[in-house]
Amino acid sequence: MMHGLINRSIQCFLSDTYGRSAWDAIACEAKIGLEGFEAMLIYEDVLTDLVIDAAVHVLNRPRETLLEDLGAYLVSHETQTSLRRLLRFSGANFADFVNSLEELPDRGRLVLSDLEMPELELTDLGHGQFKLRCTAPLQGVGYLMVGLLRAMADDYGALVLLEYQGIEAGGEVISIEIADQAFNAARPFHLGLAVQ
Amino acid sequence: MVDEIVGTLLPKAAMDCLMPMHLILNGDGVITHCGPTLAKLLADLTLVGRSLFDAFDLRRPSGVLTMADLRAQAGEKLHLSLRGPERGLALRGLALNLGNADGMVLNLSFGIGVVDAVRANALTDGDFAPTDLAIEMMYLVEANTAAMAALGNLAHRLEGDKQTAQAQALTDTLTGLRNRRALSLELEVLTSTHMKFALMHIDLDFFKAVNDTFGHAAGDHVLQEVAQVLQRQIRPEDTVARVGGDEFVMVFPDMVDKVIVEAAAHRIIEELTVPILFEAHKCRISASIGIALSSQYIHPDPRQMQTDADVALYEAKRAGRGRAKVFTPLQDDRRRA
Repeated sequence: MMHGLINRSIQCFLSDTYGRSAWDAIACEAKIGLEGFEAMLIYEDVLTDLVIDAAVHVLNRPRETLLEDLGAYLVSHETQTSLRRLLRFSGANFADFVNSLEELPDRGRLVLSDLEMPELELTDLGHGQFKLRCTAPLQGVGYLMVGLLRAMADDYGALVLLEYQGIEAGGEVISIEIADQAFNAARPFHLGLAVQ
Repeated sequence: MVDEIVGTLLPKAAMDCLMPMHLILNGDGVITHCGPTLAKLLADLTLVGRSLFDAFDLRRPSGVLTMADLRAQAGEKLHLSLRGPERGLALRGLALNLGNADGMVLNLSFGIGVVDAVRANALTDGDFAPTDLAIEMMYLVEANTAAMAALGNLAHRLEGDKQTAQAQALTDTLTGLRNRRALSLELEVLTSTHMKFALMHIDLDFFKAVNDTFGHAAGDHVLQEVAQVLQRQIRPEDTVARVGGDEFVMVFPDMVDKVIVEAAAHRIIEELTVPILFEAHKCRISASIGIALSSQYIHPDPRQMQTDADVALYEAKRAGRGRAKVFTPLQDDRRRA
């Protein structure tokens, strides 16, 4: 079962990036209501695929590009500040963040016990190089993670090389190489700022 | 002994890293060193050189006023707070004897107050030991707040939907009047609270002719206009419902004077005989009204009263259009005979 939070994020990505009318066309094609998803309800997995397939068709964009853009949107778009902040709690710098990636599903479940996130397995190859294997029902989850990690690297001000490597043992593998931890200034992050 | 040697050999920098909020006390209870996070919190307030018991209020357990008292509490949980301007800050502490001297180390933490303390003092992850769960605590509070806000939004939207659904469930969509279900609820309330009331059953005359001559759009328009007329005739406590194609029921609580009710019925008929304009057509209708008064029954029953108002309506129609009749038990007897 897919948590509405994820479906809702996909919906916001499509309508913020391509416009409300694009979303309407995608929703029609996917045969879900124009209102789309509620963030706090649970949906059948198949609906997520229907929406992504419809978006690929309506927008005439490859699934890989679309998912990578979605990953970047989730942390860098102005309407998505809360996820960016929550991810920043995972580490003081990008290397620290990468080393905590395996914790992400548990961090999610700590707040929403029924939230199913991609299963992540990180291997440290030394010299700032890592291999990340992502397993999820969503085909192309590796591309989503590439987009998300690239945007997080920007957030931390790190210079990072990311590459989608293909499928291995049922998971999608990406390579991460941290070239310069402090390439740019990090976007500001204060532990106790967002909550009033 | 190994324990004592480790305790004394750990350099200050290592102690600061492991316990960034610790204090070292000499045998007289004077603070000789202060961990970096604690120092940052207190900014211009210097602790080193002051007596622990002057700088801090050791609140629980009570009676800890000297080093001898503190030594007796070694290894136990302490509740303390700063004296002076920062005194609102509650801390939790653990004091242990130093291995090689008569001094003590006192480690402090925020406990549950960590979230407020981080916000108030702009602490960063560098201010906590990497093994400390303070950052996870901050994460949890923020994530929880976001999730609760999302749930709150959902609940708010669902409540709005529910109210709309309820209003729709009680409303006739064409005219905006109450529907049959709303009428039943109202009658149930009135009879169960033993309130006296008049029930008026209104049937439009010549409505079928309007529909047949000018079409359904004209018919719908006429029904909407009729609804406006009826609504103008009522007090806030009265009810007007559309219960069929061209049938309406009005309920007037606390109004059972036959003369007054009949006068109201005649006024309504008079208003409804004013022609209604639809696309330059003058639609002429009228109305017949049957009335039942709850005061005529020992135990008023809504269904019986509606049946009796129907009987009176039938009488009114038979006597000629545009009339109002109040049901009388005698009338009913005659019909049965």
